[in-house]
Amino acid sequence: MTGKNMIKRLLALLLLASIGAMFASLLLAYVPDTDLNFTARYYAEHTAADIGAANIVTAIIVTYRGLDTLGEVTVLFLASGIVGLVLSFGRKQNTTLRNLVPVGELLTTASQYLAPIIMLLGVYVFVNGHLTPGGGFQGGAIIASGMLLLLLSDPLKRFSHTLIATVESFSGVGYIALGLVGLVLAGGFLDSRILPNGVLGELISAGAIPLIYSLIGLKVGAEFSSMLTSLSETEDL
Amino acid sequence: MVYIAMATGFLLILIGFYGALTNRNLLRMIVAFSIADTGINLVIISVGYLPGRTAPILDTTVTAAAAAARIIDPVPQALVLTAIVIGVGVTALMLAYTLKLYEKKRTLDIAKFTELKW
Repeated sequence: MTGKNMIKRLLALLLLASIGAMFASLLLAYVPDTDLNFTARYYAEHTAADIGAANIVTAIIVTYRGLDTLGEVTVLFLASGIVGLVLSFGRKQNTTLRNLVPVGELLTTASQYLAPIIMLLGVYVFVNGHLTPGGGFQGGAIIASGMLLLLLSDPLKRFSHTLIATVESFSGVGYIALGLVGLVLAGGFLDSRILPNGVLGELISAGAIPLIYSLIGLKVGAEFSSMLTSLSETEDL
Repeated sequence: MVYIAMATGFLLILIGFYGALTNRNLLRMIVAFSIADTGINLVIISVGYLPGRTAPILDTTVTAAAAAARIIDPVPQALVLTAIVIGVGVTALMLAYTLKLYEKKRTLDIAKFTELKW
């Protein structure tokens, strides 16, 4: 190791030591609350009556802070769009495909059986987002992991970009449309009370939350899948 | 318990920063950033933990009336859910740019990219 590298490493360690000292003072001064703070108390006391969702985190994400979630989905959409743009820029057409090592019988067969079940689990997770620890983002990620398994077992597999783009556009437009319906029929943009709250803990309850979260799940799944396909289609390095 | 989780989170942040500062390979830097990201999420989650309470999901044991006395703070969990998803988007972007940089220079060593250096 040369002297210049030594100095760089020393500076990095010095910086880390000072950040570590800050973290240590934070950690030593931290006293866990014994009671919920004002905001959390409001959510705990009012979610069941106002929103009807058993999972309070879901009520916060979909209804109370719905606009932030729309922003989050937009950021994800931009990220997947930019990944596609950056990777497609200057891509050679009709490149000769590499000869890949065969992936093996085990992975091929297992992925054929497992991929549909994984996607079904993803759908289950986002449909039950208002009842169980889960929701659109988790379900969408599970669906995309099924796509990843298919891509791992056959790296040259090509998914239909039109299908992914269609699912993404329709769920995105549906999400905004439901938000606008809330503006007319309920308290404001993305208000989930456009449908009756129903009985707490049942599948069809919590107003429009299952609908909104399913659309978010489809959109997130499509966005992750489009990132994965964009990355997998650049195998001509 | 909460101190262990928080200390682990801070430690993961430091490990991630150390990796990002000392590694010259772009892929290793991305891995380091992901580790730091995980650490930050762990710290935020541990802030919302209250001793002796359960997850913010209502059912027959945690009734709506008793929720305020039985559940932990749901707000940090909602924040971390957002942070995880955005983290995936950021990682995908970093990977895409790395692919492009490799295509251009056929190297992953960040010291070889000197265009913006002064």
